[in-house]
Amino acid sequence: MLIARVAGDLTATQKHPSHEGRKILLVQPLNLDGTDRGGALVALDSVDAGVGDRVLIVTDGFAAMTAVGRPPGSPIDMAVIAFIDHIELLPGVS
Amino acid sequence: MFLGRVVGSVWATVKDPQLKGLRMLIVQPVTPALEDAGKRLVCTDSTGAGAGEIVYWVRSKEASFPFLPHEPPTDATVVGIVDSVHLCGEARAC
Repeated sequence: MLIARVAGDLTATQKHPSHEGRKILLVQPLNLDGTDRGGALVALDSVDAGVGDRVLIVTDGFAAMTAVGRPPGSPIDMAVIAFIDHIELLPGVS
Repeated sequence: MFLGRVVGSVWATVKDPQLKGLRMLIVQPVTPALEDAGKRLVCTDSTGAGAGEIVYWVRSKEASFPFLPHEPPTDATVVGIVDSVHLCGEARAC
């Protein structure tokens, strides 16, 4: 799983049927210090996240399909699965 | 999933029989601001996307799922055509 910030969302009329009825979010993975970690990703939403929220994303197909309640065989490889309320680190870890 | 722009297509006559009839698109990954990011790749298409369109694509095993019960040997497939992107209140039509 990765920590990420919701940067925006997108709309798509023509898409795979298994993506219907879910928000499609643009998420920016983050390092622990809050800086960007690589490029932004497209993930289906399973927790009703909004722009600016800090979230957890899964980047494995099976995990993502299960999270958004779609059967195995859906072409989904990333999903937002949680809001992050708080992160606690050992002293000296960043 | 990842955002990209279709910049071309690939034709191949001699190929795995499971790929027969599938369109193959050259996709340039883009940032949420729709600027080019990273190297181009070839994706199979499940949406009917054409040159210049902003799309989102799925990678790995899930890339073959839109074609079930066939399992073509593909590791990247376009699964949606993006109508618009919204970034922190700023909307951009594609």
